[in-house]
Amino acid sequence: MVPTIKTADHPLRVEVDIVQARHLVRKWAEQLGFGIVDQTKIVTAASELARNTIVYGRGGEMQLNALENGARKGLELIFTDKGPGIADLKLALQDGYTTGSGLGLGLSGAKRLSNEFEIFSKVGEGTKIIIRRWK
Amino acid sequence: MERIPILRMGEYLLVTIQVDMYDQLAMTLQDDLTNCINKNSSRGVLIDISSLEMVDSFIGRMLANISSMSRVLDAETVVVGMQPAVAITLVELGMSLAGVKTALNVEKGMALLQSAARVDFEVDGADD
Repeated sequence: MVPTIKTADHPLRVEVDIVQARHLVRKWAEQLGFGIVDQTKIVTAASELARNTIVYGRGGEMQLNALENGARKGLELIFTDKGPGIADLKLALQDGYTTGSGLGLGLSGAKRLSNEFEIFSKVGEGTKIIIRRWK
Repeated sequence: MERIPILRMGEYLLVTIQVDMYDQLAMTLQDDLTNCINKNSSRGVLIDISSLEMVDSFIGRMLANISSMSRVLDAETVVVGMQPAVAITLVELGMSLAGVKTALNVEKGMALLQSAARVDFEVDGADD
């Protein structure tokens, strides 16, 4: 278990919450000493997942965890919703697959922009996605 | 409702995005620009995104849409000033913005629009 040095929750209900989520993630990544490219990558991944939480998950929240593993610092983001869940995770993670009107790059793109990616989903109960990016 | 201003300069339209792009704002800009091109018979659109610290798939799609819509309306779009970190992230996200013309800065973008207009003019001239 990697020690968490700081944690916070951010609601994801309406569109403006996506913009605020981006700001929060940027601030935390900056404070952890992430370079500009790493900051941009995790902020972009957060933006995609925050939008998914609102559009597909019918709202939920994002938890931010600042991690410290020895000298190594990282940022963990956990997106949870109590939406309809994802029936076929493999399909949902494919580039270009969408059940909405988007491009289908949200999940697969966020995965590529993270160092670690975990997804748990149960139809009718909701979805939980954990991403981590290390400095 | 908040709107991103569109400036008209002769036959070109200029847009500088200096605020946080939330989804509704992106949709509004898309609509406003197509209306503006139509109303002013614009030949080109220049979008400066140098202040944008992040472009996700939604904003990327807006840029691609504006580019396609303007092309159908006989106008070229050039996106200028993308920050290097944004470019790296966008490609890794899976968006290469194929079909969207880009330039490093406003000056180069404007030159690109003007040369596109000149080529059009020469082709038109050859028909006579």
